[in-house]
Amino acid sequence: MSAETLYDKVWDRHKVTTLPTGQDQLFVGLHLIHEVTSPQAFGMLRERDLEVAFPDLTHATVDHIVPTADQSRPYEEDAAEEMMAELEDNVRDAGIDFSDPTTGDQGIVHVIGPEQGLTQPGKTIVCGDSHTSTHGAFGALAFGIGTSQIRDVLATGTVAMEKQKVRKIQVDGELGEGVEAKDIILEIIRRLGTEGGVGYVYEYAGEAIESLGMEGRMSICNMSIEGGARAGYVNPDETTYEWLKRTDYFQENPERFEELKPYWESIRSDADAEYDDVVHIDANELEPVVTWGTTPGQGIGISDPIPEPESLPAEKQDTARRAQEHMRVEPGDTMEGYDIDVAFLGSCTNARLPDLRRAARIVEGREVADDVRAMVVPGSQRVQEAAEEEGLKDTFEEAGFEWRNAGCSMCLGMNEDQLEGDEACASSSNRNFVGRQGSKDGRTVLMSPRMVAAAAITGEVSDVRDLKEVNLA
Amino acid sequence: MTDDVEIPEVNHVSGSGVPIRGNDIDTDQIIPARFMKVVTFDGLGEFAFFDLRFDDDDNRKDHPFNEARYQDSSVLVVNSNFGCGSSREHAPQALLRWGIDAIIGESFAEIFAGNCLALGIPTVTADSETIADLQDWVDANPDGELEIDIEAEEVTYGDETIAVTVDDAQRKALVEGVWDTTALMKSNAAAVRETARELPYVDDAAIPDAE
Ligand code: SF4
Repeated sequence: MSAETLYDKVWDRHKVTTLPTGQDQLFVGLHLIHEVTSPQAFGMLRERDLEVAFPDLTHATVDHIVPTADQSRPYEEDAAEEMMAELEDNVRDAGIDFSDPTTGDQGIVHVIGPEQGLTQPGKTIVCGDSHTSTHGAFGALAFGIGTSQIRDVLATGTVAMEKQKVRKIQVDGELGEGVEAKDIILEIIRRLGTEGGVGYVYEYAGEAIESLGMEGRMSICNMSIEGGARAGYVNPDETTYEWLKRTDYFQENPERFEELKPYWESIRSDADAEYDDVVHIDANELEPVVTWGTTPGQGIGISDPIPEPESLPAEKQDTARRAQEHMRVEPGDTMEGYDIDVAFLGSCTNARLPDLRRAARIVEGREVADDVRAMVVPGSQRVQEAAEEEGLKDTFEEAGFEWRNAGCSMCLGMNEDQLEGDEACASSSNRNFVGRQGSKDGRTVLMSPRMVAAAAITGEVSDVRDLKEVNLA
Repeated sequence: MTDDVEIPEVNHVSGSGVPIRGNDIDTDQIIPARFMKVVTFDGLGEFAFFDLRFDDDDNRKDHPFNEARYQDSSVLVVNSNFGCGSSREHAPQALLRWGIDAIIGESFAEIFAGNCLALGIPTVTADSETIADLQDWVDANPDGELEIDIEAEEVTYGDETIAVTVDDAQRKALVEGVWDTTALMKSNAAAVRETARELPYVDDAAIPDAE
């Protein structure tokens, strides 16, 4: 049958049966696990005397609680040590590969899967983490699941799901100077709202998406969930295949590349595929986007005024008022000039090598503003190593940034990296919820990594286009 | 292999209500991440809505979960996009362990609703006016009984019976007692292996033999 989307095709290939509830039972091609959401699921397996059904299709990392400064064992914090030890026991007993920090392969789960070639087009990928949508950048069907579903996947290699609608988000045109993938996705969420994607999977298409590298596509798919969509994907193309070729899996199994390529080509959305909805975005019109509030949908272009709550749809007004009070911003002002105390360059949205490179070009030869605490937390040990080799670490450190080890860090403040009191943070992460970065009075402003670099230097939210980039050799 | 977990049918849920007002209440508010540094869900109940209930010095703030009159409540009444944010099952687990058996609201984030279902907690929806009325009624009648009929998609309180919506799959799963899907899906193991074998990217070695 023709006229199908990638979503339809991959779903059908993985469907085992329809359950009595009307949900489909889907086979899971890759199950990623980490220390926060999996221990309870392993506990449930033990209670029911069940074993891990497909250990070879399961892969573990540690990211949320891992300290990003001193990583010697036992970890200084007892709770972190206990979670790590529990994960070690669980993966050892089940025979699951574990990219732990001693391997040099550890990192945020959504950074390491693509690095190692575990993430591939046409796979179903699940993880007990909402940002699993990131892996959709490769044309995989990837979604976050809860702990009871992790139990299902561990025990059966399958998950029960309802099929959703597909919205195509067509981003035409070309991004201007200083504007990047993060700005596209912040704009999409601003326009469609944080609930706009409920019931949908997003297919990102158009020349502005196709011209992005894999990292940019990952930044976009990553935040599908902030837009309410359970998953997002980009059809695989030559850019995807070039990335895959360089990964461990295809370096070790080069014959698999040619074997699998026809499958990858076959699952691309057909040219005449029908969508439940189509949204058009013009990349030419975009400027750097920042958030002014406490949901990722409360974003504006850097030169736009913060909206009057009364100008918003009725059901959004209260949230906006509370957000403006929390953030201490006034409608009518722009975010430019908003004082910041912390600059956080990290997270599964924006802590890959090209992200750090772009930010470094802003930072080079400049200094972090007085009173600003700035830190870089690479997304993985491999990103960290590569960045160190090409001198990015030096660039950041000379400017006054702290250079940390890989992990989730201040994206959610589960380790020692947290905001204090009412500190304001320019952050390259994905969530600005109240309390997200470890302090309930903390204030988070989401933006692209380059914009974080600019804010670190000036001490306030700034338009990165006003800072001349330095060409790094 | 044993798998003798009893999955109860969830047809009717009743109890007194507790209103939590506000749209976009995210999972970080339901259970702040710092309380997730645990390897079991036990004991999460006392941390539900923690940062909304306590200030920096652990003094109680105004919040329904702090009020004596709601301590026995089991039906949460919320507004729109409740549970948005992360996939952490810690959020519904914390509510469940606090004593919540069902949630009525304008709308729910999808993963959150799925996580609730996996625990047998219905998430039923109604329009914003109906919810506002219900919240007001619960305020005025903290001991008043709410009765949710899942199959009939109705909620009865005081002299009122209102129509609510329960997602089809959720309704079937709850009413037929198949909301815990592990055993059900495990019973299809042969078909699962078959599906796996048909997929070009799955190495045969990764597919275990039949037990
Ligand atoms: S970096 Fe942040 S969003 Fe990404 S997995 Fe870690 S905590 Fe979640």
